[in-house]
Amino acid sequence: MNEVLISAKGICKDYSGVRVLDHVDVDGVPGQVHGIIGENGAGKSTLMNILAGFAQPTEGSVVFQGKPVVIAGPIAAKEMGISMIHQELNLIPDLTVYENIFLGKELVRAGGLLDKKAMIVETRSLLAKVGESSTDPRASIASLSVAKKQMVEIAKALSNDSKVLIMDEPTAVLTDNEIEILFASIRQLKEKGVTIFYISHRLKEVKQICDTVTVLRDGRRISTNNACDVAEEDMARLMVGRELQELYPAKAVPGEDVVLDVQNLSIPGVIQDVSFQLRKGEILGFSGLVGSGRTELMEALVGLRHKTPGCSITVMGKQVGLNQYDEAIRHHIVYLPEDRKRTGLIVDMNITENITIVSLGKYCHPFVDRKAEGRTAAKYVQAFDIRCKSITELVRYLSGGNQQKVALAKAMEVEPEIVILDEPTRGIDINTKQMIYRFINDLARQGKSCIVISSELPEIVGMCDHVAVMRGGQLAGFVQGKDVNEEDIMFLATGLKKGVPAHAC
Amino acid sequence: MPAKVSLKDRISNFNIEKYGPFVALTVLLLIMLVLQPEFFKINNVVNVLKQVSYMGCIAVGMTFVIITGGIDLSVGSMAAMTGGLMLVTTNHFKGSVPSIILALVAGCALAVACGWAVGTLTTKGRIAPFIVTLGTGAIYRSVVLQAANGGEFRGATDTYPVIGQGSFLGIPYAIFVFLVFAVVCHIILNNTRLGRYMYAVGSNEDVARYSAIKTDRIKIIAYMILGFGVFLMALMFSSRINAVSSSNFGAGLELDAIAAVVIGGTSMKGGRGWIWGTVIGVIILGVVSSMLNWLNVSAYLQGAVKGLVIIAAVLVQRGRGETK
Repeated sequence: MNEVLISAKGICKDYSGVRVLDHVDVDGVPGQVHGIIGENGAGKSTLMNILAGFAQPTEGSVVFQGKPVVIAGPIAAKEMGISMIHQELNLIPDLTVYENIFLGKELVRAGGLLDKKAMIVETRSLLAKVGESSTDPRASIASLSVAKKQMVEIAKALSNDSKVLIMDEPTAVLTDNEIEILFASIRQLKEKGVTIFYISHRLKEVKQICDTVTVLRDGRRISTNNACDVAEEDMARLMVGRELQELYPAKAVPGEDVVLDVQNLSIPGVIQDVSFQLRKGEILGFSGLVGSGRTELMEALVGLRHKTPGCSITVMGKQVGLNQYDEAIRHHIVYLPEDRKRTGLIVDMNITENITIVSLGKYCHPFVDRKAEGRTAAKYVQAFDIRCKSITELVRYLSGGNQQKVALAKAMEVEPEIVILDEPTRGIDINTKQMIYRFINDLARQGKSCIVISSELPEIVGMCDHVAVMRGGQLAGFVQGKDVNEEDIMFLATGLKKGVPAHAC
Repeated sequence: MPAKVSLKDRISNFNIEKYGPFVALTVLLLIMLVLQPEFFKINNVVNVLKQVSYMGCIAVGMTFVIITGGIDLSVGSMAAMTGGLMLVTTNHFKGSVPSIILALVAGCALAVACGWAVGTLTTKGRIAPFIVTLGTGAIYRSVVLQAANGGEFRGATDTYPVIGQGSFLGIPYAIFVFLVFAVVCHIILNNTRLGRYMYAVGSNEDVARYSAIKTDRIKIIAYMILGFGVFLMALMFSSRINAVSSSNFGAGLELDAIAAVVIGGTSMKGGRGWIWGTVIGVIILGVVSSMLNWLNVSAYLQGAVKGLVIIAAVLVQRGRGETK
């Protein structure tokens, strides 16, 4: 058994009087992956932030190489060989891949000029290590997909020669084959004796990649076990502290009426000729690899992106243009974007203002009726169980799951008939996930129609009766009924199988 | 639902952005009370307010532009052009009442149209507002210089100056115009959909767009409101001195206006700010400059003191922001 390299001893952390970590101990052993699991708000990220120097413990200490240490900040942590990959990526969009990787540790030639060539070569080999040899080191970060950015972030951490590597939900935005590539590089790092902490909501992955698993709940350590000794169900039970009911509710039966008919929608260079129909009360899944154009398709559909003229969109029997998003809203179509912080919510505004921002017209005659607004917000806070200090709390201070509930409330406020949800459960805990699944299901039962984009296949399989699979900007095909299973969808998404033509469904 | 807040929390949560300007003004006034009690004579107070009310109209309008994440450096030259147009119009028609109304309409239309142009260039044309207004400012100034042949427009009527020189209950119209404009703007910003959208656009334009807000239109309206503020300033000031100097009228006004907005606690990054803060910022600038006069500080050095006040105001806000 290896020596413990880094350990947290009795760590407590208070944020404005609230204890978020309560005497937590964890050990990191070289060559092992230590999974940290727990619901949102359980304290996983806070604990890891303390190990990586982003936060200071209120009580307790960090022991590194046998000695208690104070990790004053992320730079001090980096010097000790501790790096952390955050859930929200920390890359500068306007710089290139290699500039980001070498940010703060640029290679210089004699005379002080940057040695770009060496940095590019080095970056190329780092990218190759994480299976991204197709990415150009000179490409700007802004031009990369979310998944590619994640891989760059991992390559950046590798370039630090880290002894301790902390990953906060590294797979949240990755597709299955990207996850495989990530796991391969994690295994390589293990062999080199790197100590790895791995935060994830995906228990299957934790079981697969971790040697040890620590469960946190409400800021306390509930258990630490060898990963091979605990089943996924046990982990889930330990996390929530009670039996988990069936994760997905029984699928609703869609009606016959077509509420949305899209024919030949294209975006120059991104999407070619996509046609599909959505029925009343249907939950239509959109699956496909990251970068297959699902998000772009939906954004173009609702008018957030320019679409090639010549497509035809019919909403509830009426031919519409949908060239502006407010036109879609008027036709009761709402789109819930995947990136909560970038496009979903204004984190520096409060809960109430976020919920009513699209529907604000309802509260203006002509002055904003703040009381009515507040009543609406309070209604949603109660209905969706949004955990907050008050309805005027800034969204910034809410956990990911609660932010997503605010985003849902904002979408529901416009009284939609068609709800398009883009990765609705990305980066949120299992309890909130379950709540969102039920919620979508209830919408369908009430006769609303939903489109769900998700990269998590079990989610698509568990929720949807009818799934459109995209590949490279085109519809690869549809699967329906009994054929909705992970294998068939994957075959279509990767092009191993030809799909049923759209009109046959 | 609202939890009880302890006194300690209240102190640590003290919103310096919101109340800082009030504290600063109070401190300044206390200093004046010790140094120079005559400062508080009603005549002097009115005088100080009058001095800043012209720039105040522009600062109030500028608050909208800065909240939506923009900036306008052309307001001084725009004021000269607008004032010049109004003076020429009234002169041309010998100062009859209809001609004054025509001048007001023309001046207002010109200033608001200038705001629209800047807004359109920054949004549809996607040019940074800093650059656009540097350009438009130069254009406006040139136009006035050319029209006045480098000299000044002089008022040739005795009706037009009534607007700028008149008063009600001993208080000049200019102060009323400034305060009424501030109240109306406060209501727009706080109690209307437009105001809420301005905060949204300034705080996160992408989210605003994904919330079905027409972000370009909101930004353009902010510049148009500023244009209206410029019109008010140009009207009150040109009619007070009954002249518009093509080279000096409004020169340096943009910096004073931006300074007042920043001192008032509005964030230069957009998304946060409020009209009352700006009003306090305007008054602070007035009190500082009158204080310097009382203290016999050389006029040449007054700019330096003003500069220090601005930098200090931003530092105080910044320090607070980073502890979060």
